[in-house]
Amino acid sequence: MNNPAPLPVAGAALAISRFAVPGMRCAGCIAKLENGLAAVPGIAAARVNFTAKQVQISHDPALTAPALLKALAGLGFEASPLGDALAGPDGEARQLVKALAVAGFAAMNIMLLSVSVWSGAGGLTRDLFHWLSALIALPTVAYAGQPFFRSAWNALKAGHTNMDVPISIGVTLATALSLFETITHGAHAYFDSAVMLLFFLLAGRWLDAVMRDRARDGVSALLKHMAAGALVVGDDGQSQWMKAADIRPGMKMLLASGERLAADGVILNGRSHFDQSLITGEAMPVAIGPGGTVLAGTLNTGDAVEVAVTAAGADTSIADIARLMQDAAQGRSRYVRIADRAARLYAPAVHTLALCSFIGWMLAGAGWHEALLIAVAVLIITCPCALGLAVPAAQIVATGALMKAGVLVKDGSALERLAEADAAVFDKTGTLTLGSPEPVDLSMLDATQSGIALALAQCSRHPLSEALRTALTAAGTVPQRVTLVTETPGEGLTGQWHGQVVRLGRPASDDGDMMAAALSIGAAPEFLLRFADPLRPAAAATIAELAHLGLPARILSGDRPEPVAAVAQALGVPGEGGLNPADKLAAIKSLAANGRRVLMVGDGLNDGPALAAGHVSMAPGSAADASQNAADAVFLGSSLAPVATAIRAARATQAVVRQNFALAIGYNIIAVPLAISGLVTPLVAALAMSGSSIIVVANALRLKGSTR
Amino acid sequence: MNGILFLIPVALGLGLLGLFAFFWAVGRGQFDDLDGAALRIFMDEEPAEKEPPDAAL
Repeated sequence: MNNPAPLPVAGAALAISRFAVPGMRCAGCIAKLENGLAAVPGIAAARVNFTAKQVQISHDPALTAPALLKALAGLGFEASPLGDALAGPDGEARQLVKALAVAGFAAMNIMLLSVSVWSGAGGLTRDLFHWLSALIALPTVAYAGQPFFRSAWNALKAGHTNMDVPISIGVTLATALSLFETITHGAHAYFDSAVMLLFFLLAGRWLDAVMRDRARDGVSALLKHMAAGALVVGDDGQSQWMKAADIRPGMKMLLASGERLAADGVILNGRSHFDQSLITGEAMPVAIGPGGTVLAGTLNTGDAVEVAVTAAGADTSIADIARLMQDAAQGRSRYVRIADRAARLYAPAVHTLALCSFIGWMLAGAGWHEALLIAVAVLIITCPCALGLAVPAAQIVATGALMKAGVLVKDGSALERLAEADAAVFDKTGTLTLGSPEPVDLSMLDATQSGIALALAQCSRHPLSEALRTALTAAGTVPQRVTLVTETPGEGLTGQWHGQVVRLGRPASDDGDMMAAALSIGAAPEFLLRFADPLRPAAAATIAELAHLGLPARILSGDRPEPVAAVAQALGVPGEGGLNPADKLAAIKSLAANGRRVLMVGDGLNDGPALAAGHVSMAPGSAADASQNAADAVFLGSSLAPVATAIRAARATQAVVRQNFALAIGYNIIAVPLAISGLVTPLVAALAMSGSSIIVVANALRLKGSTR
Repeated sequence: MNGILFLIPVALGLGLLGLFAFFWAVGRGQFDDLDGAALRIFMDEEPAEKEPPDAAL
């Protein structure tokens, strides 16, 4: 961005990389990151953006993304590289804040001049002040009015109207007429009204843009990047890091343990477990050996393998899902915001009213000049100043409150759609459940057995081993001395303990229904350790509250039908398992065809199309980045409760928006007859405009407590 | 009247000066990291941080 550029390292051009670092929390973290990174050879400078939870590193181009990630990890921060697509704000908020500053400056100065005119300045002084106002107002309208003129023009070109059409016509007419008044030494100039109108409306527009940027920054900071690239082995046996975009079919990738695949492929050498939950939603990793197909985006949880690339870039199955998502999202872009729906009725009404008063006064014998003045007064008075603020002011207060409650809402339209939802669909793994297995009954193991289990488990990265290790460590278990530990993918771990063979692995009697591991010591019969994927805290309470709010829930999952049925029964909702992304999409579409407005809550990439197709969608903070991008809102933390909170807050917001509309209409009912009867002077217009805006904003501020 | 002719341009000029200062600050990205700016005052050694990295290369 525009941070002061660091001095280039002698002669060499610096590369700039950006990383999301969600873990930074305090001033110490900023100092640690900036100073620590700057001390790494090859890094010229690092700059932290704390608001966006990002760090920008200018470095020697020879340093690759993995090397920088290692440097960040060395400082104790988990980071993920950010692609160019997410590189910083698109500058819309910045443009609007500049326009707002210009309009504010002009409004203040013109108001100062206008007050002198209203308090009785006449003759030459009045003319001078009008000319000065014109001098300030004309460039201001030309500059600060652009967002409205552009949007109005686009709407008219597409053959419909929006809120910006009456605004543009009102401002342009008022400015033109005031200029004419100034030239002909008239008494009334509306420059102050025109510019103040722009100021208030820009404030609304700016709030809208800030809300969008804030949520997006929050979401992009949470991104877990899938795979930015891979280590590719050349024909000469040399391996080099390659970006995902440069990988071609036929190349050979080396995939280390704990890495995500950057392309689809077939395993050449090695055997490992792959966590495919991103694609299928299944929590348990699948063992795949030579000749087996592996998909981009899946995580290697076992040994290093060599993979021949069969499809890369846009041809991978992950890209197919992305395309499905794009198509599904098109339906949502047809949603019309409440302010624009209001404008469809409002704009023709206002224009007819102004035209009627013009014709009426002409017929009543007034000159065309006076009739035009009155028509412009009607346009200014009815200009949706309060309406333009009514929606964004309420929505930004609500999103601020929701953010504190742990829900990031992406934009105002999401909040509106959230309030309308009348059915809820949940994914299972990672959404209703935490997505990580936990051992159920560890108490039956004695201290020695626990110690052996821990010693074996800490040698593996299999999710069950990690779950066991976490639980046993938390229980204070001391590991036993187990030697010669070997891991066989798909089978388990074996080792030596006091001359006996000990084993932790797949149970001999595999009932297939539940996640389980067996622990055997010597010739003694094996212990079965059962695992379960626990429900998120407050899951049952949230489902019940949603039902109470009129959103009956159901489960659509890609996991096997048996565990889905178990969760569905525990929560008392219908559930379906074994669905692929297209099935989920079809289920959502059929619900929508029955007139339901579906709230989709999901986390995996396999939920992506469904998230994009739902009337509104939410994803947990632990979700895949594509899902977070597709979702309208992201909730943080392990509890499911924010989902219900968001629905309640969205409905409260909608209620306040409607009240604000009622207030604005009430104001019009009083002010419009005054304007039509020709009683509105620029002074009255200025008072009415600021009065109604302040009332609307004050009403919106009541939403601060809406998440309680 | 002569006072006004002198004062109005001065007032407008000062206002414009403020406006340009604001534009400059926005353009330099001074409002991009408001939370971070609030925290940076707690960092003791920041001024020293700007020199060392280049020496290493």
